Amino acid sequence: MTVNVTRRQFFKLGAAGVASSSMAMMGFAPESAEASVRQFKLTHAKETRNNCTYCSVGCGVLIYSHGDGSKNARQEVFHIEGDPDHPVSRGSLCPKGSGLLDFVRSEGRLEYPQVRAPGSSEWKRVSWDEALNKIARYIKDDRDANFVERDEKGGTVNHWTTTGFLAASGSSNEAGYITHKVVRNLGMVAFDNQARV
Amino acid sequence: MINSQNIVARSATTLPAPHARDNVVEVAKLIDVSKCIGCKACQVACMEWNDLRDDVGECHGVYDNPMDLTAESWTVMRFNEVETDFVGGDDVSREKELSWLIRKDGCMHCAEPGCLEACPAPGAIVQYANGIVDFDSNNCIGCGYCITGCPFNIPRISEKDSKSYKCTLCSDRVNVGLEPACVKACPTNCIEFGSKKDMLARADKRVNDLKERGYEHAGIYDPAGVGGTHVMYVLHHSDEPGLYSGLAKDPRISPVVGAWKGITKPIMSAILGITAFAGFFHYITKGPKEEPTDEEVFGEGDDHHRVSREEEHRS
Repeated sequence: MTVNVTRRQFFKLGAAGVASSSMAMMGFAPESAEASVRQFKLTHAKETRNNCTYCSVGCGVLIYSHGDGSKNARQEVFHIEGDPDHPVSRGSLCPKGSGLLDFVRSEGRLEYPQVRAPGSSEWKRVSWDEALNKIARYIKDDRDANFVERDEKGGTVNHWTTTGFLAASGSSNEAGYITHKVVRNLGMVAFDNQARV
Repeated sequence: MINSQNIVARSATTLPAPHARDNVVEVAKLIDVSKCIGCKACQVACMEWNDLRDDVGECHGVYDNPMDLTAESWTVMRFNEVETDFVGGDDVSREKELSWLIRKDGCMHCAEPGCLEACPAPGAIVQYANGIVDFDSNNCIGCGYCITGCPFNIPRISEKDSKSYKCTLCSDRVNVGLEPACVKACPTNCIEFGSKKDMLARADKRVNDLKERGYEHAGIYDPAGVGGTHVMYVLHHSDEPGLYSGLAKDPRISPVVGAWKGITKPIMSAILGITAFAGFFHYITKGPKEEPTDEEVFGEGDDHHRVSREEEHRS
């Protein structure tokens, strides 16, 4: 059966359609009331505990990254907030700590070791191996040349005063203990913390 | 994105919201202005959590940064230096002292939100049973009525996408049982979060404490004009909230909003309905409009008549 719709009827139907949809626009046809809250973004993120990198207060932070650690997933930090189980600030952070994410992602962040040779104004990128070997070489040479076993009166001092060590402030107790042991075992005297700089 | 939290109010929607599952704890954020040091950790935490990065501004010679709320700065610290009555100490010769009043500005999450009342876009503004007033930017048409409706001048239209934005009280965090990002970051316990009942009790304690220290006008800011708020202040000078960078003394929804939604819109809708009904009534009683027949136009018995009939049959 064919439905014969005349030109006139077609216009009528069209007008009725436009009118009813306009009525819906004006709120006569209620829409479903569905929730639209932003979804929680940390549900399965990998959570890593660490210390804030800035000052000597050393607040605990939780670092959240994409990927659950499976071998094909590359982790990417996307959120950092305070660690409520850390005794220092119990979850709270200062404005700098609260903005740590942009510190991690900063364009000006140093991502690899660089060397500026004496007298040069150019920074040259080097590998970690090269950098660590160079530092170890300098330390060894300087210590060999300047280590003092005994003072003028013959008393044992075992000190090395020509090289200093500046430690990070945002380290854990354990890291601080190990740093201290290494530095003092070498006989180093000038030993300070970034927090006092 | 169906959420387990109930929506108790929805902008521009006449269908009543479901209310069977309203046995939800009302939450509140308490900002104890007397404890704030103006460090702005809350501002940074807010931007970090909500993935907002406002443009770098310019220094205006004051601590306010940015100078005002924007679509990408949902909370700002407002700094105000005023002379207030001298409080405490033995120096009776002093009558006035300098007060540096720092207030964290942002959405108050009113129980009777003016923005939701004014909004003409269905579902662009919703209110949850826990008290949070949230913007659903997908539904926002960028008309700016929410700004007119807000007694605290909070929402801002983005220049990037012409949609309105404001603090969500971190509804995504609260929904899964966490506190808002600003609350968590605050190093001085100035911002606290919990049930509204608990927060009122905490505020009471603080007010008593401040009164003992000589701030006789200390009080809680939970204005009744908007049905109470889910962001409350403890103020040392609650008799003059205007001192805190223009905090409204008796905020109310603008009568313009009430007139638009309360009288104008129903009347206009009624007129629209009556017009449609009158048209239908006219159709029933008078029938469709008669088109003059070809006979009436051209007269009877000529060829034209026959041809046009045949054409009509073919179509």
